[in-house]
Amino acid sequence: MNFDDTPQEAAFRAEAKAWIAANAPKQYEEELRKSSLGRTQLKGANILEVAKAWQKKKADAGWACLHWPKEYGGRGASPIERVIWQQEEGPFGKLSGMFIIGHGMCGPTMMAFAGEDQKRKYLPPLASGEKIWCQLFSEPAGGSDVAGLRTRAERKGDDWIINGQKIWTSGAHYSDYGILLTRTDPNVAKHKGLTMFFLDMKSLGVEVKPIKQANGASDFNEVYFTDVKIPDSQRLGAVNDGWNVSLTTLMNERMSIGAGVSTGFPELFEFCNSLMLDDCPAIEDRNVRSKLANWAVKASGLKYTSMRAISALSKGERPGPENSIGKLVAGSMIQDVAAYALDLQGAAGVLSGPEDAEATGKFQAMLLRAPGTRVEGGTDEIMRNIIAERVLGLPGDIRVDKDVPFNKIPTRGRG
Amino acid sequence: MNFDFSDEQKQMRDEARKFLAEKCPPKAVRTVLDGKASYDKDLWQGLAEMGFLGVAIPEEFGGAGAGHLELCVISEEMGRALAPVPFSSTVYLAAEAILIAGSDAQKKKWLPAIASGSAIGTLALFEGKGNPSPEAINLSAAGGTLNGVKKPVPDGAIADFAIVAARTGSTGRDSDISLFLVDMKAGGVEAKALTSLDPSRGQAELTFKNCKAEPLGAAGEGWSVLSQVLDRAAVLMAFEQVGGADRALEMGRDYALDRIAFGRPIGSFQAVKHMLADMYVSATLARSNCYYGAWALSTNASELPEAAAAARISATQAFQHCAKNNIQVHGGMGFTWEFDCHMYYRRANATALGLGSLSYWEDALIDRMRKRNAA
Ligand SMILES: Cc1cc2nc3c(=O)[nH]c(=O)nc-3n(C[C@H](O)[C@H](O)[C@H](O)COP(=O)(O)OP(=O)(O)OC[C@H]3O[C@@H](n4cnc5c(N)ncnc54)[C@H](O)[C@@H]3O)c2cc1C
Repeated sequence: MNFDDTPQEAAFRAEAKAWIAANAPKQYEEELRKSSLGRTQLKGANILEVAKAWQKKKADAGWACLHWPKEYGGRGASPIERVIWQQEEGPFGKLSGMFIIGHGMCGPTMMAFAGEDQKRKYLPPLASGEKIWCQLFSEPAGGSDVAGLRTRAERKGDDWIINGQKIWTSGAHYSDYGILLTRTDPNVAKHKGLTMFFLDMKSLGVEVKPIKQANGASDFNEVYFTDVKIPDSQRLGAVNDGWNVSLTTLMNERMSIGAGVSTGFPELFEFCNSLMLDDCPAIEDRNVRSKLANWAVKASGLKYTSMRAISALSKGERPGPENSIGKLVAGSMIQDVAAYALDLQGAAGVLSGPEDAEATGKFQAMLLRAPGTRVEGGTDEIMRNIIAERVLGLPGDIRVDKDVPFNKIPTRGRG
Repeated sequence: MNFDFSDEQKQMRDEARKFLAEKCPPKAVRTVLDGKASYDKDLWQGLAEMGFLGVAIPEEFGGAGAGHLELCVISEEMGRALAPVPFSSTVYLAAEAILIAGSDAQKKKWLPAIASGSAIGTLALFEGKGNPSPEAINLSAAGGTLNGVKKPVPDGAIADFAIVAARTGSTGRDSDISLFLVDMKAGGVEAKALTSLDPSRGQAELTFKNCKAEPLGAAGEGWSVLSQVLDRAAVLMAFEQVGGADRALEMGRDYALDRIAFGRPIGSFQAVKHMLADMYVSATLARSNCYYGAWALSTNASELPEAAAAARISATQAFQHCAKNNIQVHGGMGFTWEFDCHMYYRRANATALGLGSLSYWEDALIDRMRKRNAA
């Protein structure tokens, strides 16, 4: 058991470190270091532009999408090298937020299902951040139950005509392309009539409407499709096999381990060191210490769980469903941590004007962003189902609609 | 990086698991739990023959000289099987204290005896309620004789020797505390077995009356040795706790697959599935913290105090969480003496107290994190 790099890993790390030291946008380092969940902005700069510039620079020097093949804009690096890069990139890695969906989910799906020419055309600009991709899965009628979606794709000669609506689509407002899951056969069971495509978001008939979120930001959107034409050549996988294609996408989500999830703990610890309660630093209070210790071991437990996963990766093992625990634990933890940091300030914890922002601002931002973390990419409940079923081997939930043709499934509520 | 046990270490774990499955079935734990024996003597000798008691004791002192990572994997299995033997008191507390502070003569006398299973040792630290602290130690040592009472002392009634924490000064500093080694056969000490929450590992009261004792380590260094011993024991005990937590989770999972209610296995009800998923999460976080503790222990890293506290807290929580919910999954069956669930529940709650309570370690963790941050 050791934390040492192998000689090759050490050489790779040294190379990455040197390149980052020479090239990273250091003027933003402090701000990025201090930014916490829900609060990654840069004063006096457009973060989208800064992020794109950094990504492009990385791509030109061969440091983008490290584990992708070179011909698609990557480096052909090993999974462990990718983790080392993430460790060395440190706070600058926070600039990758808007590329995560493209790099983590759309790219791998394209790699698995697109034609060779398409891969060579679309993947390098995706890797370099010149083009941004989004994932058009969720709908009013199908979130957790993705296969309940209704957006229709109908074949017309060499094209498909799309009509319907997506929702909660992160980044659709600045995306160039998207992967799109549609219903192509409503007469069969819901999982059996889906087909996947990719499309140009500037296509005629695509309308993106930003949604204002609970935290006031607008990162996700509604996307409407009115007679949008997609050539059959942009179909990913077989007709009506879209469910399997989407599983590839979702599995790939898990590969992005090692990036380190935010827990809010370092922020809370620092805050309790400086906050005075009854003339005493908060951290000297017995109750505060007990709370901190409980969160400290969750945060360290997550950190070392991901190190165990990285070790397994370096031995060539695949990351399994057990990696679902990161988001599950961190999501509610950050919510509780933030509420506690505000609680420690009593009535003043409610204030968020500029003069109070240093003490309250980041925790309020976390508090207001955390509910989204517990929903996006699979809710806490879905994560627990995954652990129970795929790790512990418990029976799947009873699915009353499993063998019923989609158009015979009773509907109620939204959609 | 290789943040995992080696293949040899995993092989040792499998070996220990197989051995314990055969020699330490729940029936054997019950013999001690029901008061029919004070510990499982056959198992103890068997563990000695397997080389498990001396796995971290250097070869020159009769051990296997393998190391602490090997001891960690064995501890996990001891916890999984609820082995009713004085393993933690002898191996984590007594042997570690001697390894850290013992003279060559003391090492030569006691370590081979521990490794061969012929001597049971313990640490006499507590004097009634409260957590480990120099202030709580009042047993006096003067002219090489001890006077006072210690309780609870783990496995104190079956121990052949005890490491005793005594007050040798009155400056109000940590240096008031010194350690002594007492041969229980030499007279001057009386042991009385006490009833406790988990009879599968006994507790005792030791009364010292003009008891002759030899110093262990230098005078005034007792507290510093004790803190090291407690940190090391915390990591090892955390592995026992993780082993217990994992077994409780497994029992719950198996029962959930087996038991039918409302025409379905109860494991298909989401409330039950989610309860088991949460048990898995707590056991996984604890295991990862333990691995870090194992690394720190085996390399004597400066991070050990912090790593030990984190492993201790997280493993205590996980074992308690899994043991309590295992009973819940088992319903009424889980609440019977007949089923094994309560044995894990008892052990979980007893091990939560033995080295100082959860709040003690919480306090210690934050202290240590602060020191590191300030440094
Ligand atoms: C910030 C954010 C960004 C997002 N980005 C994208 C994106 O880029 N692309 C995209 O396609 N989607 C995106 N989503 C959508 C996200 O994937 C869905 O919101 C999520 O899967 C939940 O679906 P839902 O909102 O329809 O909730 P529902 O599925 O309606 O769930 C409502 C409640 O019911 C519970 N529930 C549902 N099914 C079960 C079950 N089987 N067992 C137990 N409980 C259940 C849920 O846990 C939840 O508590 C985003 C969401 C958020 C919040």
